[in-house]
Amino acid sequence: MKFSFTEEQDEFRSVLRRFLEDKSPSTEVRRLMATADGWEREQWAKINSELGLTAVAIPEAYGGHGFGLSEQCIVLEEMGRSLLCAPYFGSAVLAASAILYAGTEEQKNELLPGIASGSTVATLAFTEENGSWDNSGLTTIFDKSKNEYNITGTKSFVLDGTTADLIIVLARTPNTKKDEGLSLFAVDGQASGLKKEPLKSVDETRKLARIHFDQVPAKLLGVEGNAAGPMKKTMTRSIICLANEMVGGADRLREDALEYVKMRMQFGRSIASFQVTKHKATDMLADVELAKSAAYFAAAAYDEEDDETEEAASIAKAASSEAYMQTAIHSIQMHGGIGFTWDNDTHLWFKRAKSSEVFLGDPAHHHEKMMTIWDA
Amino acid sequence: MTEHTEDYVRKEARTWLENNWDPNLDLFEWRNKLADSGWGLPNWPSDWYGRDLPVGLVPIVEEEFQRIGALPIPKSGIRMLAAATILNHGTEMHKEKFLRRIVTGEDVWCQLFSEPGSGSDLAGATTKAVMAGNKWVVNGQKVWTTSAHKAHWGLLLARTDMDATKHDGLSYFIIDMKQPGVETQPLKQMNGYASFNQVFLTDAEVLPDFQVAELGDGWKVATTTLMHERRAADSLRAWGQVPNSEGPIYDQERAEIETTMAPYKWYPQRAGRVDLIMQRAKETGAIKDPAVRQEIAKLMTLHKSAEWTARRARSAQEQGKPQGPEGSLGKLAASNVARAAAKVHTMISGADSMLSGDDSPENGTVAEVLISFPASSIAGGTDEIQKNIISERVLDMPKETRFDAGKPFKDIPRNTIS
Ligand SMILES: Cc1cc2nc3c(=O)[nH]c(=O)nc-3n(C[C@H](O)[C@H](O)[C@H](O)COP(=O)(O)OP(=O)(O)OC[C@H]3O[C@@H](n4cnc5c(N)ncnc54)[C@H](O)[C@@H]3O)c2cc1C
Ligand SMILES: Cc1cc2nc3c(=O)[nH]c(=O)nc-3n(C[C@H](O)[C@H](O)[C@H](O)COP(=O)(O)OP(=O)(O)OC[C@H]3O[C@@H](n4cnc5c(N)ncnc54)[C@H](O)[C@@H]3O)c2cc1C
Repeated sequence: MKFSFTEEQDEFRSVLRRFLEDKSPSTEVRRLMATADGWEREQWAKINSELGLTAVAIPEAYGGHGFGLSEQCIVLEEMGRSLLCAPYFGSAVLAASAILYAGTEEQKNELLPGIASGSTVATLAFTEENGSWDNSGLTTIFDKSKNEYNITGTKSFVLDGTTADLIIVLARTPNTKKDEGLSLFAVDGQASGLKKEPLKSVDETRKLARIHFDQVPAKLLGVEGNAAGPMKKTMTRSIICLANEMVGGADRLREDALEYVKMRMQFGRSIASFQVTKHKATDMLADVELAKSAAYFAAAAYDEEDDETEEAASIAKAASSEAYMQTAIHSIQMHGGIGFTWDNDTHLWFKRAKSSEVFLGDPAHHHEKMMTIWDA
Repeated sequence: MTEHTEDYVRKEARTWLENNWDPNLDLFEWRNKLADSGWGLPNWPSDWYGRDLPVGLVPIVEEEFQRIGALPIPKSGIRMLAAATILNHGTEMHKEKFLRRIVTGEDVWCQLFSEPGSGSDLAGATTKAVMAGNKWVVNGQKVWTTSAHKAHWGLLLARTDMDATKHDGLSYFIIDMKQPGVETQPLKQMNGYASFNQVFLTDAEVLPDFQVAELGDGWKVATTTLMHERRAADSLRAWGQVPNSEGPIYDQERAEIETTMAPYKWYPQRAGRVDLIMQRAKETGAIKDPAVRQEIAKLMTLHKSAEWTARRARSAQEQGKPQGPEGSLGKLAASNVARAAAKVHTMISGADSMLSGDDSPENGTVAEVLISFPASSIAGGTDEIQKNIISERVLDMPKETRFDAGKPFKDIPRNTIS
């Protein structure tokens, strides 16, 4: 397998990078993160329509551009770099994948074009208050009467849960366990019986919500009781996306810290001239570059349907979680006192590093996942 | 160029191997075939035993060797550093005289760089070469010289001008190790082997033709050798593993490993033997321990990420892109992998980690990992020196403050034992 980027991909990345530097400077990030929603419909529509970001990986048959995961991961890496405040991950990654893998042809035709164009903002409600990333902790149930489905339960840590137009929900047949009896549903964001509560998140650039479902009418996606497979694929894909988003943020932090130490003088010399700083900067480079390799490899493996995809996804997530957090810690340190202030931008990425470290499973969770694969 | 596509190269290599590989050949007959055809070192120039193949395609050829069970040219040891240096800076005579016997493995080489007074600071070498009559006469002491006791030839860094500045007063030579003026004394290492030596040079002689590049260019040439040494560091892992197959040629290669190549026997262990981890964890039952599982997964994450980084660098190179930062991190990553692997082997082996030799797991191999890995972060330039180099060259950070620049070498403070 090859996993270096083609000229077209490199070109796409550099256009996107310039574009996001222009549209999402940290002043804009700070403005949006202070709002309740965390993003603005009009402003996001403008950014999205210019480059078709939500369409990138959705098949052409459903209104997308039909590129692979590797291309979508370029988008995510650049978004992670610029900390763009937009409802992208929940919609174009989590929800779109769930619909793509679980939905019938008709449902894909109905739901995906809106997500691709950006006119529909979707999200995926799967985690619950116990914070478990696998299906063992899932208690939300559905009941069926006359082919009408209703959902009851509480979902938590839902990305953009208060603002999404469409909520894809994972629920189970009562009295089933783990991977049995799981079904995916589409729920209108305005449906009756929904109660949405914003959660206060450490990372203000990424809004989370708790959603209570009380007999909420829902449309079944695909076949009843059959969602374990599609959810697994959705998770693998989303984990790879998150890892790529994370290495983008980590690299940005690393570069900013490097630029800062080169500029700052103490003791009559540049603090970049202290060997301890030089060695730290080298460790950061090694951490980030190794994590990038894992993230890129996982995306390429996914596109090529390689047997190693699932373990590569977990390796990528573990590596990028450690690299991002460690880079963030070093970056604050290298800035000294100013790094601990609100006005310095470092903490924005530090907090994204923290939330991403845990989101979709922390390193320990993914370590155990790889071992389960290897010890089979 | 169609010749350089993956599929084309694979097919060509496969066809050649199918027509030529024969486990009943004599080892040197086989290696001479590899030299003549260029398939042994396909990225070498076609004028000199190679096929001009981009480095990125070499793994394709290696896969074909593995597929058919053919023995590759052993690519470890100082021989390969000598070859890279000669290909870059040597004269036609050097190439004629040395390269073929490097490919066939008939000549053993060593690297006479480090001295008691200068290791990291290689440019501080004080071994002197003086022109007397029509040859160079060399006096001084080298140390940590791997394979010196087996070597036919040595790559020698020596001072030819005490009045020049530190880096400008050095020259580079190829020295005949089998002469009376060269005395080697093995040094026993912490792991019990004695693969490195002290080398005493007392009026040792070098013919003028055996000088590499110009007088005073020694540092520049040494840098080439060192760059190749850094790159080779992460390829040590798989060395010395002859396929388990039967046949005279395999026996011959095994015998070579026990004799001329013996100094490198423990090199896979120094790299951490990650390949043994899962198997050992399953055999011992340690795999059931959640703490061990976490550490194994951490190690594998590091190991795989490092491997993929090397592949990423190769892919980029294959596409003709300029080298990115990922290409310079292999040696540091290899030290980290080795350290982490030793820790995990210890967790897996538990109390058995206190044992060595045939009382220890895998007939001593595990014990050997536990007492060999520290060499990884020292040999070929310490981790600290790697970090200085990367921060200055890749990250463009300020250079280390120097106390030895701009003055004649003889006026620079240095170790009294030099
Ligand atoms: C929570 C908090 C409370 C504080 N309270 C007070 C207070 O009450 N009163 C007060 O006077 N100050 C206070 N400070 C300031 C604090 O003492 C300084 O921030 C600290 O000494 C670092 O100085 P600096 O911020 O200028 O960073 P710099 O000196 O610019 O350091 C930046 C980076 O360079 C490194 N560095 C600098 N010099 C060297 C060197 N010679 N060798 C190696 N590395 C070096 C540093 O370790 C750091 O990683 C506080 C800071 C914080 C974060
Ligand atoms: C197994 C093995 C095989 C070897 N084979 C060979 C061989 O075949 N030929 C050969 O010529 N040499 C060989 N060496 C020698 C090796 O290259 C040197 O040991 C190495 O470069 C370090 O030099 P030194 O031992 O003099 O340590 P020193 O240079 O004295 O270093 C001591 C410590 O100081 C640190 N240090 C030194 N300078 C700096 C700096 N500028 N910044 C930060 N820290 C610094 C080092 O990182 C190290 O931790 C071998 C070594 C080993 C262990």
